[in-house]
Amino acid sequence: MTSFAPGSPNPAGAPLTSTAAEAPQAAQSHPTGDDHGGHVDARLFGLATFLVADGMTFAGFFAAYLTFRSVNPLPAGSNYELELILPTINTALLLISSVTFHRAGSNLRSGNRSACRSWLLGTVALGVAFLAGQMVEYFNLPFGLTDNLFASTFYALTGFHGLHVTLGVICILIVWWQARQGGRISHEEHFGLEAAELYWHFVDGIWVVLYGILYLL
Amino acid sequence: MTVASPTDFEPKGLQPEGWLKYFSFSLDHKVIGLQYLVTGFIFYFIGGALAGVIRMELTSPISDFVSRETYNEVLTLHGTVMIFLWIVPVVNGAFGNYLIPFYVGARDMAFPRLNAVAFWLIPPAGILLIASYFIAGGAAQSGWTAYPPLSLTTPAIGQVIWILSVLLLGGSSIFGGINFIATILKLRRPGLKLMQLPMYCWAMLGTSILVVLSTPVLAGTLILLSFDIIAHTGFFNPALGGNVVVYQHLFWFYSHPAVYIMVLPAFGLVSEILPVHARKPLFGYTTMVYSILAIVVLGLIVWAHHMFTSGTPPWMRLFFTIATSFIAVPTGIKFFNWLATLWGGKLALNSAMLFSCGFIINFVFGGITGVALAQVPFDIHVHDTYFVVGHFHYIVYGGTVFVIFASVYHWYPKFTGRLLNEDLGRLHFLLTFIGFNLCFTPQHWLGLNGMPRRVAEYDPSFTTLNQVSSVGALLMAISTLPFLINVIWSAYAGQIAGDNPWNALTPEWLTASPPPVENWLGEAPLVTHPYDYGIPEGKIDLRVASGADLWFGGKR
Repeated sequence: MTSFAPGSPNPAGAPLTSTAAEAPQAAQSHPTGDDHGGHVDARLFGLATFLVADGMTFAGFFAAYLTFRSVNPLPAGSNYELELILPTINTALLLISSVTFHRAGSNLRSGNRSACRSWLLGTVALGVAFLAGQMVEYFNLPFGLTDNLFASTFYALTGFHGLHVTLGVICILIVWWQARQGGRISHEEHFGLEAAELYWHFVDGIWVVLYGILYLL
Repeated sequence: MTVASPTDFEPKGLQPEGWLKYFSFSLDHKVIGLQYLVTGFIFYFIGGALAGVIRMELTSPISDFVSRETYNEVLTLHGTVMIFLWIVPVVNGAFGNYLIPFYVGARDMAFPRLNAVAFWLIPPAGILLIASYFIAGGAAQSGWTAYPPLSLTTPAIGQVIWILSVLLLGGSSIFGGINFIATILKLRRPGLKLMQLPMYCWAMLGTSILVVLSTPVLAGTLILLSFDIIAHTGFFNPALGGNVVVYQHLFWFYSHPAVYIMVLPAFGLVSEILPVHARKPLFGYTTMVYSILAIVVLGLIVWAHHMFTSGTPPWMRLFFTIATSFIAVPTGIKFFNWLATLWGGKLALNSAMLFSCGFIINFVFGGITGVALAQVPFDIHVHDTYFVVGHFHYIVYGGTVFVIFASVYHWYPKFTGRLLNEDLGRLHFLLTFIGFNLCFTPQHWLGLNGMPRRVAEYDPSFTTLNQVSSVGALLMAISTLPFLINVIWSAYAGQIAGDNPWNALTPEWLTASPPPVENWLGEAPLVTHPYDYGIPEGKIDLRVASGADLWFGGKR
């Protein structure tokens, strides 16, 4: 596209004239915009890119787990069977919490702060219940961290996910505090809530995959 | 939705002025770029000194200069410092931060604070790594790959510090990658289309995609490795039922793309330098863009060619051989494009151009040995020998480091407003080019004859070639002297460059040198044809024209 023959007139000259003519107009129509570096809000885009990276960490763990499982036999007397009731309840809790968070967001956007904060608290309660369920499961498992390869991978995967849930709960509590009357988050400025919501949905989605390959497979 | 510029939040006076700003948590992308550059060069000299120890030890076939353990620590530190603290931060962080906002017509990166955080993770990580040499037990001894079970049996503290340091550097790299993707895709000046961006933007976009997709996998793997060391789990410990090959798969899922993370930005930089000093448009812009994207995709699916001797099944060998050989196609396209850019140009054989041409020669050689290494029978013969060391350094030193030097000669006038001395620059090139080839060409022969890498002792019949290689390394060490003298002396007494000493058309030259805080005093220029060297140039006074003015033959 840049290989102009020497001596020939600039073939892209005509379309360029229009762009150049638009440029000063654009500057005039946004007098405070371009001149002092106002730019598009890329924060959610940046967070989404980060979540892709975070998801790749999980993907690495999942790949390692699946390879271990298909290649490395466990010592005699150990097996992969896990109790299913508690994790299934936990999965339901997380899925419901995604819905409650969504309700919190739509309430904020329609200007109903107190309802938004109640839904946020509900989401926190569901997240904490999930973590409590994880702890109950940990204390009742027949194996410890270093017992065998499956045990180590189980704790690494669920532990790394639990860390994400814990961070998510803290984030929601911060959003809950900031959404109070006069706080940083309002129905006009709700980036904080949207970021926490995106993260929370991501953590829920990871759990669904984790539940599938760790418990059901 | 627009938000105010990040610098607006910062009360004036809190950001230091003058030289102090280079030691501060500055949010200016140009300051951060130079912070990366200078920090990178400090670690380059440390890593170079470590390489000197290695070459000194290898002048004789017995282990006499340093102890075997020290040799292992030195080679581990050399690899880690050079990759994670020199090449990746400089070729991505330094030039990326300095140039990308100019190229997209922005006043700063998308996330200036994240940018500063990403830089300030590097000095502590580097100090941590170097300091581990001085603690009881010493630094990590398992090479930059940290393969278990070797990394599980060497002294634990040094290995854990190594992991911590690489995790910090990986985090820095990921933050930088997110910032570049957001800046290139979201912060472009209105009217500037993706296919009008300078080639370095495309290279950094591709590199950042690789960083975001592959670095987290390395982070997760190293966390599991640290569990194996600290908590005695058995992920990668065969004695506890673990699987070492899984570590290799996960490690190379990052570390093969890491080669492209180190070399794609160099491709981009050299694509900026060649047209300027050859006074010709960059040949084949569109094919260049698609080649970069093809390298990104293929780069993610070739990792197991590092593992042909790790018991990989035949189908896997077949797949990874074919995929790896395919990478030669987009890379070859880029080479022919560079040659076509040079062809018939009015070449200025200054230091920047000489280093760029040196890059082309060295990288072709490294690329050919790379295709050879992708073939399973040949790879099994030379695996873990000095052939691999020679190949790797032809890519990363002959390729990327040559481009870093070319870029310093090219952009130094932009950084400082003064030109570097050309005589010292040409001397620097001559010494580097001769020293480099003298150092690494013999290593291919040594490897073909079976000299293993990472071992302090070798068969006495290899002595002469090892000594030749060490003389080359000495020349490379000497070659940094004219460079150091040049950059320091020229900063104070160099010839005044003016705003645009090369009459270049890319946007960073269409402002003052060094540029003002927000890059342009007025509106950012709209540069839709950054490589239009050729006939219109004689009609334009580049020193007064700016931005869109350049593209109408001076008629407006």
